[in-house]
Amino acid sequence: MLIEFMMIFLTLVNLIILSTSRLSTCIKVIAFQGIILGVLPVAGGQFDIQLVIFSIIAISVKAILFPSMLLRTLSQLNIHREKKPYVGYGMSLLIGLGAIVLSWWISKNLPLTITPANSAVLPVSIFTAFVGLYLIITRKMALTQVIGYLIFENGIYMFGVILPQKQPLLVELAVLLDAFVAVFVMGITIFHISREFDHIETDQLSTLRS
Amino acid sequence: MDNISIRIIQPILALILSPLLFGIINRTKAFFAGRKGQPLFQTYFDLWKLVHKGVVYSKTTGWIFRAGPIINLSAILLITLFIPLGHSKAVIFFDGDIFLVIYLFALIRFFTIIAALDTGSSFEGMGASREAQFSALTEPALFLALAAIACGTGKLSLSEILVSITSKFWLSHISIILFVAATLIIVLLTENARIPVDDPNTHLELTMIHEVMVLDSSGPDFAFIVFASALKLWVFTALFAGVLIPDIGFGFWPNLGICVLAVLCVSVVVGIIESCIARLKLLFVPHFIFIATVFAVLAMVFVLRK
Repeated sequence: MLIEFMMIFLTLVNLIILSTSRLSTCIKVIAFQGIILGVLPVAGGQFDIQLVIFSIIAISVKAILFPSMLLRTLSQLNIHREKKPYVGYGMSLLIGLGAIVLSWWISKNLPLTITPANSAVLPVSIFTAFVGLYLIITRKMALTQVIGYLIFENGIYMFGVILPQKQPLLVELAVLLDAFVAVFVMGITIFHISREFDHIETDQLSTLRS
Repeated sequence: MDNISIRIIQPILALILSPLLFGIINRTKAFFAGRKGQPLFQTYFDLWKLVHKGVVYSKTTGWIFRAGPIINLSAILLITLFIPLGHSKAVIFFDGDIFLVIYLFALIRFFTIIAALDTGSSFEGMGASREAQFSALTEPALFLALAAIACGTGKLSLSEILVSITSKFWLSHISIILFVAATLIIVLLTENARIPVDDPNTHLELTMIHEVMVLDSSGPDFAFIVFASALKLWVFTALFAGVLIPDIGFGFWPNLGICVLAVLCVSVVVGIIESCIARLKLLFVPHFIFIATVFAVLAMVFVLRK
């Protein structure tokens, strides 16, 4: 029941990110998603000390560290909204619905040898990864693309949480560290881009080549 | 409880109590605004007054304008016969009556719209076009939500669907119930021209949707329209309450009491929503309704995985 509610919240949270233009809302939503994902490993009911430590680390990185770094970057920039994405927000929501249906269809036809704790976990993880990729493709701001990267990472993390016995937690921790370094570097890069060019729109960067 | 003489109490309750809902909503809004507010039974007084007035017809109108309110009231009266209160069977039910109910709503809308167009007023035409646009968007949401709950229960008639929402079903299908309820509350606000979509109190024709379509109606015709919209609000709140609150299993009368109480509470909630939220820009209304469709699709997805 708890996992079911968490999956519902994750789905709704992903849809909110697709349909909002406010960057600070996106970051808060990322933090919320981080909390849910951090609790997910221990939500199954078994209290393994290893799992608890892992979930504490995940929450502190995903729900506290990443959002605060992004908020800090945002406060250094003079931008509050994503102005013109390649695809509009209503259309994004519609595509999000299509992605939900697609991910449920994929997860139904995926030959998995293990059964996850809740049948919604697998499709929601695929959907989260879809949303992350979609944000990277369709948004122009570098900051939103970083958020898309984080969501994509969250989707893969969820996929890993489904099979905690099969996959050593050490791998997950290494991935978490990689994501941390990536966000750290991206934050600095965004700051430098904005100081150099007065904007962080990546489509304008491609004109620099000529 | 299969006795038809007892089941007939459900539409009778709807007829008696539905104008009270407007009074409750208005009193709630008045309470939030710090006013005393109009009397609870104001709608009854209004209806009484309107019935005793004469009717004025514009020369440009034809028989459609005269037929509109009568068809509206008779269609909504027919709908109330299909709506169960408190998890018993309604007066009439058969497999697939969901579609009949939704298309009766469409019939009401159609006749309201062409009656508004028949007056030849540009304002009413504008309201009619908005009503057509928004209701075209709510209809798929309502269809999907009811289809989802029909898939979940495996029944096809409104009465049997609500009868099978027992507390056991409610607990095992909580996600579907919540999604469908979220869809229904948005559809309720849109269809009944309540605040995030339309302001029933405004008298500026440029911003109104529902009120502007009935500007030319007067006397008993207008009484019919007011009563029909009160019944429509009752039908939607009863449906919402029926889906959200499970059958507690003490038989017919406690369930009926709880459902009527829930309907009154829902109208208080509508009043609270109206006091807390400002009216949306007209451009954002389709987005708002689209959220209902999103919830309905999610309900459908969660049903189909079982």
